[in-house]
Amino acid sequence: MAETITLEITRYHPERDEEPGLQSYEVPLRKDWVVLDALNYVKDKVDGSLSFRWSCRMGICGSCGMMVNGAPKLTCATFLSDYAPGPIRVAPLDNFPVIRDLVVDISDFLVKLSRAKPWLIRDHEKPLAEGEYLQTPEELETYKQFSMCINCMLCYAACPVYGLDPLFSGPAAIALAQRYNMDSRDQGSSQRLDILSHSDGIWGCTFVGECTQVCPKNVDPAGAIQQYKLTATKEWMKSFLMPWRGGA
Amino acid sequence: MASSIQHPPRPYPPRVSTYWWLGRWPYLKFILREVSSIFVAWFVVLTLLQISALSRGPAEYLGFEVWLRRPVVIALNAVSFFFVVFHAVTWFNLAPKAMVIRLGGKRVPSLLIAAPNYLAWLAASAAVAWIVLRG
Repeated sequence: MAETITLEITRYHPERDEEPGLQSYEVPLRKDWVVLDALNYVKDKVDGSLSFRWSCRMGICGSCGMMVNGAPKLTCATFLSDYAPGPIRVAPLDNFPVIRDLVVDISDFLVKLSRAKPWLIRDHEKPLAEGEYLQTPEELETYKQFSMCINCMLCYAACPVYGLDPLFSGPAAIALAQRYNMDSRDQGSSQRLDILSHSDGIWGCTFVGECTQVCPKNVDPAGAIQQYKLTATKEWMKSFLMPWRGGA
Repeated sequence: MASSIQHPPRPYPPRVSTYWWLGRWPYLKFILREVSSIFVAWFVVLTLLQISALSRGPAEYLGFEVWLRRPVVIALNAVSFFFVVFHAVTWFNLAPKAMVIRLGGKRVPSLLIAAPNYLAWLAASAAVAWIVLRG
C-alpha cells in the first residue's frame, strides 16, 4: 500500500476568489483514517487556512457532510483506503451556496426544516402529574426509521430536484414531518398538511430516489415522501367527497 | 479580478450543469425512466392507429400492416418495447417504497408487495399472447 494519498480539495476564499478552485495535498494513507482525519491532518500540519465543519467524528452530529469523488458522504465514515490509490476529490456539498472552502450555507435547509414543524404538537397538553405519553413498541416502530435523521443534508446534495428548484422542501424536512405525523403522541398532522402537500412539498419530488441511497442512517426519505403522497391524496379525496367534515 | 469581488463577500451560489444527469448512473437511470413515458405514449398512439385502421376495413388494415413492417417502424417499436419494459420494471420496483403494509405489527417485505405487480403483468401478457397466437 502506498504511504500517501492525494486529496484534491475545493478551495474558495470569498474575499479573494471569483470562483472555487482545486488545491492538492499529500496526506498519509493510514488504514484507520477517514477523509475527515486527512482534512484535520491538512489543517494541523500543512495549511491552517483550510475551512470545514466537523464535530463528533462518529456519524451522529451530521456536520461533516461533503462531496467525496462526486458523491455526498459523511467524511467521518469514509475511509481513505476505499479510494486508494487516489486521488480523492473533496468538495463542499452540492446544491448549497459555498461560504468558504468546504463550508456551505445551510440557512435554507433550516428554514425548510422549521416549516415542517418537526416536533410533537398536541391539541391539549395533559398535566405532568398524569405522567408520560405511553407508546407501544409497534407504535414506535412505525416512525423509528424516520427519526434516525441527523440533519446532515447529504440527501439535499443528492437531490437534483432541490438543485434545480431551490423552493422544493427537500427530502429530510419531509421525512422528519412524516416522522412526527406517524408518531402516536402527535396531533399536528393537519398543521403540516398545507406545507407538505404544496407543489414545493411532496409534489415537487419526482422520485429520483438518490436521497435514500446516500442517507448514512437508512432513513429512506424517498419512501417517506411517496408514503405522504398517498396520505395527502387520501386527505384531498376526503375533503372533496365530504366537504362538511372541514379541514383534514 | 479582486476589485470586482462584492463586499461583504457573498457565498458562491450553487451551479447545476445542464448535463447533471450524465454524471452518475442513478441520475441517468432516472432520466431514462422519465423518457420511457414518451415510448409508453407512442404505444398508446400505435394502438389507436391500429383500431382506426381496423375500423376502416380490411384493405386499410392491410396497408397498416405493410406500414408496420417497414424497418424504421420495426426499429422504433423495438426501442419502444425496451423502454416500456424498463418503465414497468422500474415502476414495479418502486411500488414497495410508497406502499407500507403492516401485518401483525411487522412491515410486509418489499418483495411481497412488488411480486403481485409482476404476477399481474405475467398473467396479462399470457392472456394477450393466448389471444394473439391461437390463430
